[in-house]
Amino acid sequence: MAAPFPWLSLVLWLPAVGAALVLALPAQAHLAIRRVTLAVTLLGFAFSIPLFTLFRNGVAGMQFEERGDWIPAFGISYHVGIDGISLLLVLLTTLLLPMCVLASWTYITKRVKEFHILLLVLATGMIGVFAALDMFVFYVFWELMLIPMYFLIGIWGGRERIYASVKFFLYTFVGSLLMLVAILVFFFQYRALTGNVSYDLLDWYGVSLPAATQALLFLAFFLAFAIKVPMFPFHTWLPDAHVQAPTAGSVILAAVLLKMGTYGFVRFAMPLFPDATLRFLPWLLALSVIAIVYGAMVATVQPNVKKLVAYSSVSHLGFVTLGLFVLNAQGIQGGVLQMVNHGLSTGALFLLVGMLYERRHTYEIADFGGLARPMPVFATLFMIVTLSSIGLPGLNGFVGEFLVLIGAFRAHPGYAVPATAGVILAAVYMLWMYQRVMFNGVTREENRDVPDLDRRELAILVPIAVLIVWLGVYPKPFLDKIEPAVQTLVERMESAPGFAEAPSARPAALASPGRR
Amino acid sequence: MQDAAAPLALPVPDLAAILPLLALSAAGLLALVADLFARGTTHEDELRGRPLLAFWIAVAGIVGTLLLIGRQATDLGRFGGRSFNGMFVVDGFGLFFDAIFLVGTLLVVLMTVEYARRERFHMGEYYFLLLMATAGMMLMAQSTNLVMIFLGLELLSIAVYVLAGFERGRQRSVEAALKYFLLGAFSTGFFLYGIALLYGATGSMDLAVIAERGGALRPGSPGGGLLLAGLVLLLVGFAFKVAVVPFHMWSPDVYEGAPTVVTAFMAAGVKAGGFAAFVRVFLGTFETHADLWGPLVALLAVATMLVGNLAAIAQSNLKRLLAYSSIAHAGYLLVALIAHNALGASSFLFYLLAYTFMTLGAFGVVIALGRRGEPSDRIEDLAGLGSRHPLLAAAMAVFMFSLAGIPPTAGFVGKFYIFSAAVDAGYAWLAVVMALASVISVYYYLKVTVAMYMWDAPATAGRPAPHGLLLAAVALAVLGVFQMGVYPGPLIDLASRSVGGIVGAGVTALP
Repeated sequence: MAAPFPWLSLVLWLPAVGAALVLALPAQAHLAIRRVTLAVTLLGFAFSIPLFTLFRNGVAGMQFEERGDWIPAFGISYHVGIDGISLLLVLLTTLLLPMCVLASWTYITKRVKEFHILLLVLATGMIGVFAALDMFVFYVFWELMLIPMYFLIGIWGGRERIYASVKFFLYTFVGSLLMLVAILVFFFQYRALTGNVSYDLLDWYGVSLPAATQALLFLAFFLAFAIKVPMFPFHTWLPDAHVQAPTAGSVILAAVLLKMGTYGFVRFAMPLFPDATLRFLPWLLALSVIAIVYGAMVATVQPNVKKLVAYSSVSHLGFVTLGLFVLNAQGIQGGVLQMVNHGLSTGALFLLVGMLYERRHTYEIADFGGLARPMPVFATLFMIVTLSSIGLPGLNGFVGEFLVLIGAFRAHPGYAVPATAGVILAAVYMLWMYQRVMFNGVTREENRDVPDLDRRELAILVPIAVLIVWLGVYPKPFLDKIEPAVQTLVERMESAPGFAEAPSARPAALASPGRR
Repeated sequence: MQDAAAPLALPVPDLAAILPLLALSAAGLLALVADLFARGTTHEDELRGRPLLAFWIAVAGIVGTLLLIGRQATDLGRFGGRSFNGMFVVDGFGLFFDAIFLVGTLLVVLMTVEYARRERFHMGEYYFLLLMATAGMMLMAQSTNLVMIFLGLELLSIAVYVLAGFERGRQRSVEAALKYFLLGAFSTGFFLYGIALLYGATGSMDLAVIAERGGALRPGSPGGGLLLAGLVLLLVGFAFKVAVVPFHMWSPDVYEGAPTVVTAFMAAGVKAGGFAAFVRVFLGTFETHADLWGPLVALLAVATMLVGNLAAIAQSNLKRLLAYSSIAHAGYLLVALIAHNALGASSFLFYLLAYTFMTLGAFGVVIALGRRGEPSDRIEDLAGLGSRHPLLAAAMAVFMFSLAGIPPTAGFVGKFYIFSAAVDAGYAWLAVVMALASVISVYYYLKVTVAMYMWDAPATAGRPAPHGLLLAAVALAVLGVFQMGVYPGPLIDLASRSVGGIVGAGVTALP
């Protein structure tokens, strides 16, 4: 078989090559640096489109696979590939990157060169996490993106940036290292069971570990992913990191980095440890619901827009994890779609808040008010994004949340009811915030003639708004991509020995995947 | 195996076996002589940053020795085996250690030029002492007789006692030397007493004979108690040398007081030398007793990792911080030792080389920061280095992330390797402790990057302008860190081939 064109590796390594290019530019050539970075990220997005169009629907398993030896002594190989779930997340990443560059055009003024290099390295790290099919490769990328993010927050962040960046790093690192030990334990268990040395994820899918081992390893993986998502009660690093990070950092953090946690559950923790997942299911569901309600309630009382959006992320990610852990097709499909939706709408929210900050140099809600009059275009786009975040029918948020709630009601009505309250609370905090920022009377003179969006800012926001509507009205092309992957996962969970007698699993609820 | 006790056999010196050692010693003596003849005329050169003749002799000696070692390593069939009545061995394990020592010494030598220029002191005998200390390490790594190990240890230690006090005019340096000397002599006592007891138990100093006769000696059997006591005393002696908690107290003070180049040499080279003999004795000879020393060493390892890392957090002086960090790394290396399997021994070699690169690199940056008369070794002195000297700061960041064990650096692959060994040997809990200790360590490694990139440079801070040779050493270390982090395959293969003769097969017998 002739080797197919390595689209995936191209998309993966292009930003790293771009980083080397930027490195070669003189530090003072700010405009050239911005343009090169923008070109590289746009090119990256362009190259990721074939991943979408050439992707074969309805086929289970990985596509665009590439494999090569790396450290043969340990059975480590450079093995990448994507299924529908990783496809959407890779696309989300490549789509948001040029927007992050544009959003930093005037926002980042010091150490421009370092900023863009780090952004590009971060891009390779993120795409690598979604594309890796070898556990070692996955872990390398997982840790690799930690460093640029740490610097993005620590150098270009707000007043408490050092505290926030170190906290972010340490929290993530605790989980990661325990996961590394768990990966090694799995490796030696795999060797004991099969006699082979391999870190290949697809090989690992083929073995089933004893329940007691699964439980321990699952907890290590769970910690790493739960911190990243972040699930309650591991979320305390998030508001600090978000509030302090520069706009581009917040966008990437919210849109992509948090998804790595939920993606980790779908790709690694659940399929590798199905028995353990079932065993801890009540806890996982309870933590998800707590995150939904708690995150929403805390968001409601925030006086700071950025912090409000940060806590709304905790709540929204609770929906994602709830969808994943109800273990039926609707729930998981909804959860995966909700990852993308949250990436778009919360990413857009952080972009919008960043634009406000550039105009008024504050995040305090009380400092705004009456902005709709001087900024009508901004107000319109802000409204669309706000409604998408709330989950208004016709916009993307609704599709995901609806699927999650259907899945939850079928399997675990007891958890679904309080989760629904999260939808209502979302409307409360988002609309109330919108009202206080955009409407009401003008209380400060500075707000009277704030300039509206310029062309650069429109170029950032309009594509996202289009996608928000597209996903809300016609999500089928996207759902088709993820359906086989979701089906594989569901079958895998159902075939786990403990599934039938798991306390809350109901086979009847797993009839057919939800379609719209 | 030769009979080590044959009294009348005329020794046929196998000079080919010790050729690298001879070459290095000869280079050391040459450096000493060259300094005698050139004194006076070259002192001015040195202050202007022009390296002495002795420097070039040292560099040539180290590189030449490396080549000789490479030749031995590629043809172990011809050069391998024991010689000198079974006192000296040429095997992959010893040669790998030799290579680590020589690379470390080379980096230190390259850094010295900058230090000598700035601190205005004459470094004539310095190169001689450095090379003799390295020869001592090589002797330790390749000896298969306890007396020879002791000889190597003394050759190393005495040279380093002098080096630590090399800045005669500076009180801290003299204090460090005295402290190091007293505690070193103290630990030597333990070591010797241990040898005596082992001799009492087995009637031999030869590691192979000890392994043969001692293998069956367990506590309770005649001589078993003696053997165990000797083993514990040896353990204490080694623990002092490689600064393992609770025998580490000397190291932060000595590291802070000694000239920074010497500190770098101590942190990398001396520690590696001590570990070389440590591993050969405990893994090669007493693997049979691993069930007895294993728990003891595990206890030391846990204490070392935790104390080293926790104490490092509180440090504001970079040299002390790196001292505690090197204590913690000794703990990680002990984990590899405890695994007492082939994976453990090879991960040990790999990690030690990685450690040499990242620690020496970090010390190199500390040396670059200094200004005449001012040590400039506090964390605050790093403030704003990211804008004052981006390359130096980036290198330091690489070393810090590598020490913390973050990919794609040597430190990560090394930790991964040690974790593998520990998990494979059934010590997953030790890997977990090591993981948690690493998390603690990240806090202070990050502190360094925070200072470099997130603090503003004080108005008085200038741009460091280090000597080109120092920059070359730092660049070499960065290269090593990335080579071992991105493409570690060949080195892992080499390390696993090198331990063939050590683990589970006595000292030299092949598996």
